[in-house]
Formats: sequence, C-alpha cells, structure tokens
Amino acid sequence: MGLQACGDPGSAVDEPPPLAAGVEGAPTAQPGQAPAAGQTLRAVKARGYLLCGVHQGLLGFAYADNNGRWRGFDVDFCRATAAAVLGDGNAVRFIPTSSTDRFSALQSGEVDVLWRNTSGTFSRDATLNLAGVNYYDGQGFMAPRASGVRSAKDLDGARICIQTGSTNELNLTDWFRAHGLRYQPVVFDTEDKARSAYDREQCDALTADMSNLAAARVAMKRPDDHVLLPEIISKEPLGPVVRHGDDQWTDVVRWTLNATILAEELGITSQNLQAQRQSQSPEVRRLLGAEGGLGRMIGLQDDWAVKVIATSGNYGEIFERNLGAQTPLKLARGLNAPWNGAPSGLLFAAPMR
Amino acid sequence: MRRPSKRASFTKGELIIQAVMLAAAVLVIWALAATALANLRARGMASGFEFLERPAGFQIAQSWIAYDPVDSHARVFLVGALNTLSVAAAGIVLATVIGVVAGVARRARSLVARGAASVYVEVARNTPLPIQLLVWYALITAAPPPRAALALGDAIFLTNRGLHLPSLTTAAPAWVLFFILGALGVGSALVLWALTARGATRHRRFVLKGAVVLGLAILGLAIRGVSLPHRTGFGFEGGLEVSPPLLSLLAALTFYTGGYIAEIVRGGLASVDRGQGEAAAALGLSPLQTVRLVTLPQALRVMAPPMVSQYLNLLKNSSLAVVVGYPDLVAVFGGTSLNQTGQAIETLGLVLVFFVAVSLTLSWAVNSWSRRQQRWSVR
Amino acid sequence: MSPPRPRPRQPLAQRMIDALRRRPLDAAAALAVLIMAAWIAPGLMRWAIIDATWTGETKAACTEGGACWAIVTSRWRQVLAGFYPKDHLWRVAAAALVLLAGVAPLLRRRTSGLALATAPAAVLLAYGVMEGAGVLPRAPTDYWGGFFLNLFIGLGASIFALPLGIALALGRTSRLPVVKGLCVAFIEVIRGSPLIVLLFAAAVVAPLFTPAGMTLDKLTRAMIVIILFEAAYMAEAVRGGLAGVPAGQVEAARALGLDRWRTLVFVVLPQALRIATPALVNSFIGLFKDTTLIYVIGVLDITGVLRNAVTDFAWQGLETEAYVFVAAVFWVFCFGLSRWSASLERRLSIPGKSA
Repeated sequence: MGLQACGDPGSAVDEPPPLAAGVEGAPTAQPGQAPAAGQTLRAVKARGYLLCGVHQGLLGFAYADNNGRWRGFDVDFCRATAAAVLGDGNAVRFIPTSSTDRFSALQSGEVDVLWRNTSGTFSRDATLNLAGVNYYDGQGFMAPRASGVRSAKDLDGARICIQTGSTNELNLTDWFRAHGLRYQPVVFDTEDKARSAYDREQCDALTADMSNLAAARVAMKRPDDHVLLPEIISKEPLGPVVRHGDDQWTDVVRWTLNATILAEELGITSQNLQAQRQSQSPEVRRLLGAEGGLGRMIGLQDDWAVKVIATSGNYGEIFERNLGAQTPLKLARGLNAPWNGAPSGLLFAAPMR
Repeated sequence: MRRPSKRASFTKGELIIQAVMLAAAVLVIWALAATALANLRARGMASGFEFLERPAGFQIAQSWIAYDPVDSHARVFLVGALNTLSVAAAGIVLATVIGVVAGVARRARSLVARGAASVYVEVARNTPLPIQLLVWYALITAAPPPRAALALGDAIFLTNRGLHLPSLTTAAPAWVLFFILGALGVGSALVLWALTARGATRHRRFVLKGAVVLGLAILGLAIRGVSLPHRTGFGFEGGLEVSPPLLSLLAALTFYTGGYIAEIVRGGLASVDRGQGEAAAALGLSPLQTVRLVTLPQALRVMAPPMVSQYLNLLKNSSLAVVVGYPDLVAVFGGTSLNQTGQAIETLGLVLVFFVAVSLTLSWAVNSWSRRQQRWSVR
Repeated sequence: MSPPRPRPRQPLAQRMIDALRRRPLDAAAALAVLIMAAWIAPGLMRWAIIDATWTGETKAACTEGGACWAIVTSRWRQVLAGFYPKDHLWRVAAAALVLLAGVAPLLRRRTSGLALATAPAAVLLAYGVMEGAGVLPRAPTDYWGGFFLNLFIGLGASIFALPLGIALALGRTSRLPVVKGLCVAFIEVIRGSPLIVLLFAAAVVAPLFTPAGMTLDKLTRAMIVIILFEAAYMAEAVRGGLAGVPAGQVEAARALGLDRWRTLVFVVLPQALRIATPALVNSFIGLFKDTTLIYVIGVLDITGVLRNAVTDFAWQGLETEAYVFVAAVFWVFCFGLSRWSASLERRLSIPGKSA
C-alpha cells in the first residue's frame, strides 16, 4: 500500500492519513450494548487509528489549518491519546461533531472519545463517563467599562449575549433567579457570534466561560474599554468523555491526561525527554516506563507516556502552544496551573505508583 | 365529476398485494420501535413523556405568553410553537407583498423595473437560504448601537439591537380576548347571515363591509393608547421591539420566498389570456377594474396551490431560526430541551408532529377552497 | 404580437422626458433603481475585486477595506474536497466526473428508462471511487467534504430519489386503498417536515433505530434521510406529469393491445417524466441549496469548511468573505440550472396550449 507513508509522523501531510485498505473503520462498541471492559482499546489497536470527536471549529481548541491539518488544545490531547495507545500521534481520524450530535456519536461508536470541550455534569456522567478535566473554567461576565457596571448585580434588566445549548444558559438563569434580577438573553449558536455581537454593542454584557471572556476581551478593538466582572457564577470542568462501561478505556484516556500533567510537574518536556529517560528519580522513571511496568496494567506499552510527551508535550506546552501568551487568545494559566506552581492552580494528578 | 363507487372490488392478487404491504409496514414500524426501546434500555437512557412536566430551567428571549424558567418543557413547546407560527405568519404576509410587487414588475413595460425585478428574483432563488440568513444577520447587526440609532422621526429607531416601532397599548389581556371574541362573533354572525339569507344577495357586499367595520370598531374598544419607544439606560423602552434575530429571520424568509412568489405571480398573470384583458377594456373597464374583476380572479385560481406550497415552505424554513438564535420551536424545544433532557425521539417527534399537523391543516383548507372555486367556475 | 412599427428616432433626452410625462410613477421608480445601483455597485466592485487580496497564507496578507479571498484560495483543496488526502485528489475528480456522467443521460431531451438504472449505478461507482470499496485504499466518509460533498449529496440523493419518487407517485394514483394510503401518508408526512429537523433526527435518533452490530456512518444516515425527503417532493412533481398525460394516450395504447404495465412503462411514464422535467429540475435546485444545512450535524461541506476556517487564528473574523463566496458559487450553479430548466419548459410546452 503506497498510502501508508501518509501516516508518517512529522511529515507535513494531510490529516489524518491512516488510510488502510481492508481495515474496517467500523466500530467498536455495538450500539445498544454497553461496551465491555477492554473492548474499545482492542478495537482501536485492531483498527490502527483512533476516532476522536472534536469541535467542528473552535478558536484555539479545534480547527484545521490551511493544509487541512487539525490543530488546537483538544486536538493535541487527541494526538496524545493516539500516541499512548498506538505510539503514533498521527494515527487519529478527527470527527467533527456539533453540540447536538456529539453524545450520540460517542454512544453509537462513531468516535472512541470526545475531546470536545464538554462540561462535566452529574447527568452527563450518569449515561457516559467523564475521564478527567483538561480545562477548568468558570462562567463570568464582561461589560463595557463606560457602562459603569462593576458587579454582575448591576446587570438588572440588561441584555446578555450568550451561546445557546450550553450549560452557560442554565447557569445564567439560575444565578439571576437566585438574586431576583431580570435580564434578557440574546442567544447565538456559536461562541464567536455572541462575542462579535457584544463587540457591536448588541448587548450590555457578555457571559461565557472565563477563559473565553479573557480571550474575547483581548480580541476587542480596545481591550481596556472592557472589564471582567468579579462574580464567577458556575464551575465548568471541561474534559474528555468516553462511553459508560469500558473502565479500561476510561483509564487510558484519564492517564493520558494525567501523564501530561505529571510531566509538567516533574519538569519533563518534549525537548528534554531523551535526557529525562536517563533520570534516576523513581517518579520520572515510573512515568517514562523505565521501571514498574505500569503501562501494561492498562493494556499499553511501558513507554506509552514517552510517546505522549514526544507527540504533544506536557500540559504546559500544550496550553502555551494553543491558548497561552504567544497565541492571539493570550489566556493566563489561572485555574489551569499546577497545584504547586506559582501562582498555583488546580492541576493535581494522582501519582504514578 | 362522479366519483367511482366506494365499494370497489379487487382481484385476489390485488388483495394479497395490499395485505402484504400492510403487514410489511406494520412489521417495519414494530421492528424499529422494538430496536429503539432495546437500545435505550441498554444505554440507560430515559424514554417517555414525563419530561414534559419537569421544569425547563432556561430562559427564552421572546414569548407571546407568560414564561418563566420554572415552567415545564410542555410550556417551552407552546412558547416555541407560537414563536414559529408568528414569524411564519408575518413572513407570509411580507413575502406575499414583495412577491406580488416583484411579479407584477417582471411584466411591467419599464425595462428598468423588469431588470430590477429579475435581478432580485434570480438572486433570491439561486442562493442558499442559510447563507442569505447569515448575510442578513450580518447586515442588521452592522447597524449603529443604540446611542447612535438611526431614527425616523421620534417614533421608529433602527439599532443593532433591533427595530423599535410604536405600538398600541391595550386593555388587560382578558379584556382583549373578550373584545376579539366579540368582534369575531358579531362579524361572523353578520357574514353568515349575509351568505345564507334569501334575498339578501343584493346587500351582501354592503353587509360584508359592515361586518368588517363593526368588528374593527369593537376591537378598537380594547385600545388604550399609543406607546412610543424612548431611550433609557440600557437602550430603548416602550413600543414594539423587533429583535435582530427576528428581524434577520423575517428579512431572509421574506427575501427568499418573495422571489418564488414573484415567479408564481408572473406565471399566474401570464396564464390569463391576453384577450380577456382586451375584452374587459373594450367593455369600458378601467385598468384597475380589469385587474381586480377579470385578471386577478382567474390568475388566483392558478396561483393558489403553488402559493400555499410556498407558504408551507416558509413555515418549514422558519426552523432555520436556530442559525441566528430566534427562539422558534426547533431551537428551544428541538434544541435546548433536547440537550437538557437527552430525549431525542420524543422531542424531535413532537416537533415533527407539530409541523406535519399545521401543513396538513393548511393544505386541506386550500384544497377545499380550490375545489369550491372549480365548482363555481364550471357553473 | 404585431410587428413593431418603425418610428422616427428622437433624441434620447426627448424620449426620457416623454416617458417621464406619460408614466411619471414608472419613471420615478426606474430612476430610483438606477440611482441605487449607481450608489451600491462601485463600492461593491471595489470591495470584491479592485481592492481585494487574492492570495496569502494569513489574513495579515490582506489589504484593509478589500475582500480577503486568500481565505478561499489558500484552502482551495479543503473548499473543493474537504479533508480528502492530498495524494488522492484524483479520486475526488474522478468521482465528480462519474457523477456528472451518470446524470447526463437524465438531462437529455428524451429521458430513456435505462438512465434510471445507470444513474444510481454511477452514484454507487462514485461512492466506491471515493471510499475505496476494498480496491483502493479506504477513505471513510469523514474525510469527504467541501463542495464535492454538496455535489455528491445533491446529485446522489436526487438520483436515488427519482425512482423512489416515481414509485410513490404511481402508488398515490393507485386504486388500491392500502397502496395509496401508505404512499399518501409517507409523502405528506415528509413534505410537512422541515429538513433541518429530519437531519437532527438522522444524526441523533437514527443510531437508536439500527439493531445491535450494525452501524451506519453519519453521512450515510443523512443521505438516506435526504433521499426519502427528496423522493416525496419528486413524487409530487411526477404526479403533476402523470396528470398532464392526455387520457387518449392510455386509451390508444390499450386499443393497440398493450397491457396495463406496458402502457405505463412505454406510453405514460415517458411522457409524464418529460412533462415533469422542469419541476424535477427545480426540485433538484432546491435540494442542492439545502445541502448547506448539513453543517448543523457536524459534516463539513463547503459552508462548514469555511466556517471552520474562520476559527483558525489566521483567518479569524472573515465571515463575510466566507458567506459571499459560498453564495456566489451556489448562484452560478443554480442560476445556470434554472435558465436551462426554463428553456426546457419552453421547448417542452405544446404549441397552441396556453403557457
């Protein structure tokens, strides 16, 4: 097959190229049956590539570049997952999903995992499995400085731009009810539309997750003319979602994420990876598979974390590459800093033992 | 026209074919239902309609009836359905006006009028509606913000938050309902009498006009005054406000459907024999009278069925509201309620039932109208 | 039409003044239209062509005040073929050619019944070339996208919908109540439903209706729904055609000794389809435009690819260019088709019968 060259890691080829003749892309979980433990992992290995559900286009999180290669924060975690399972960060097919069909795509087996900035909630965990949090967020407000609004409580009777179908919509309602205030929602089907509507003064305030608000503020013509209000009205733990019932697969996805977090904590980057493999620190050695043989316990190779870090880097690298100060979004680490960082955040992964 | 007798007799083969088809249809539906139930159970997903009673928990931007987030999903359905029907009704009226003007202009003598109408029709009909909607939305939201509103007098303001129009203030809703019922009752009683009473034929027209005037007069009793939009801290208050999503949805539906209606009108006018107009003119009818009494009634018969199917298309196309955020039935119930409850079969099923029911009702009404028209024309 | 009488030519100004005097309202309207055109056109020209930037790798390459068409040109492969692998673009071109070749016989003046069978075969062949079908390396449908997808969905669904629509139309005119009832119920329910809701159902509900062990990918599910949708509309167009076949034709055929089926296949249907062709083409145009709706279920057609492009930092904020480009592409195709359909209608109309 002349095509296999497409899967060559590192070459600037089109996404995603594992076109393998004869290998069935078909799934894995039988629809209508809860997947048995290990089924997804086996299916992904047999197939030779991962089916990763991503957003159909979200600034910084998932988008295709001019050459058709998918990029973004969530996309990098897709690649990391593929690297952990298959040793190759390009062995992924990216499946764009809309907010309507994302969970049904997961349940019917069209995707193996959703890295599609999805808020974890109780009811979502009841029918699916949340496999961790790769982005801690909270909903807040932004208002023009000139309006004199300094607290969300000043927003009585205001129009508020918001993206529809998101948990943001519910939080907003709850918060205003709890405080006995009135408001008028101005809804949009995408985040960027809500943002540009606010920019055109179609509403008096914009509500979204804080990360998005900070990004929106930077994108304004004069960022200093806008203030982020102090109230954070909700918790938004965004993270990967997998099917209910396949515990091994949940572990694989959760520990892919944890590996990037631990790597940052231990100072392992994609640059110093080879040097770190010689490290004498037992923690580093266990993470990189030099001792302990931990990978095998969840059905992976011992050097799975090496592959993850070589592909996407540690959490900090992924963040900075897609969302951080070097990007137009210019997001601060905020809650998404390591627990022992300065300033500290919420990233606190269980140890490799 | 004689209908064939109801008791048709079938050959044995025909009976077998029918029985097999009926059985196959039942079997397919049963198999689908059984599969769905099994799948739902296996995935631990809820089914049934209990969710309709649960509180929805989200706010809706626009509603004709009182709505609060603690209200149930059933009420969300009602709010969405009323929003869909109202935007469709307004769109139908506006598209008809634009369409008739453009359709008549396409048969005008003036080259410029013909040209402008043709450009309009060809653009409206040959570009996708979702794209038109996005463009209209971009145009409307490019209007100035409230502090620099485009004003027409002190009554009409266009801003990027919508169009503010003067409105009539009315008595309490219960009284308005009372007056509407009263007006309808008195009006229809008069009309019925005019249509059925013997010997009243000559006065029929007079009575009909009287019924309309009387009805309007009764309705007028409900009006308490005029409300003008005025500036306040956060934009405008008072008057009638048409929000940008509604405005762009209306503009797009009107623009798109108007193009189709223009073609129907043109075809309808063309279908009336030229000789008819000439004959009417020879009888001394004025051009306006000719159109009103001769051309239009005949053209209308040709135009009615395709017009109605355009109206139904408009109703269905109003579901694109989700693209710009107008809270129609598909957006609030088939979108947000579905996302909250995860009960896709039930929510989408109810949405489809609504649309099919409205469509069937409308086409049934028109079919019976056009049958009556045919009967009259034969006579 | 009486032949135009030669009139002495007057100076243009004189004629305009005359016109103004005879039909002041018309003239005023015409003037208003001309002034508006003169006001809008130059700005539009400047934005879309004169000041526009045609190439570049990011929006930074574009000049302020002009359209930034670089968003389209730098991604032409995605715009045409979605995420299909670069080395295999020939397959997209081949599939598009196969599709068009499959439709061509349907568009001939005399539609032959054979085309009803060969056209679906062409769609399947195009699908095979794109997907691989076990012969070529496999490229599942989520690699597909861009304008090819609009073409594939529009043409493919129409071609499969046509035979189904004919069957439904015949069923609807059947004298057997069960056959008629089922066909009427199907047609009316589908025609009463908005496509966007049916697409949601294809994305979210349809997986619940497939038995364990069987999965269809999202595009296939959407395709099936669109075929059923279009079939109901085509059935109505064909029904119009059937009604337009003079009763004498049937009587003559029966008198010649043809049985019911032969009469239908060799006498009634060819004429009915011929009469129905303009309506069928219009229905196709409607469907083709509606293919842009597929974005709502996360399939990246030409609209989706460009909406994705504006979420790349490189092209953030260029929605206007994206929408105008899509509108222009569809306009060219649909306008061409509708002209052709109108000329067909004129050719097919029977002389002597009104309009």
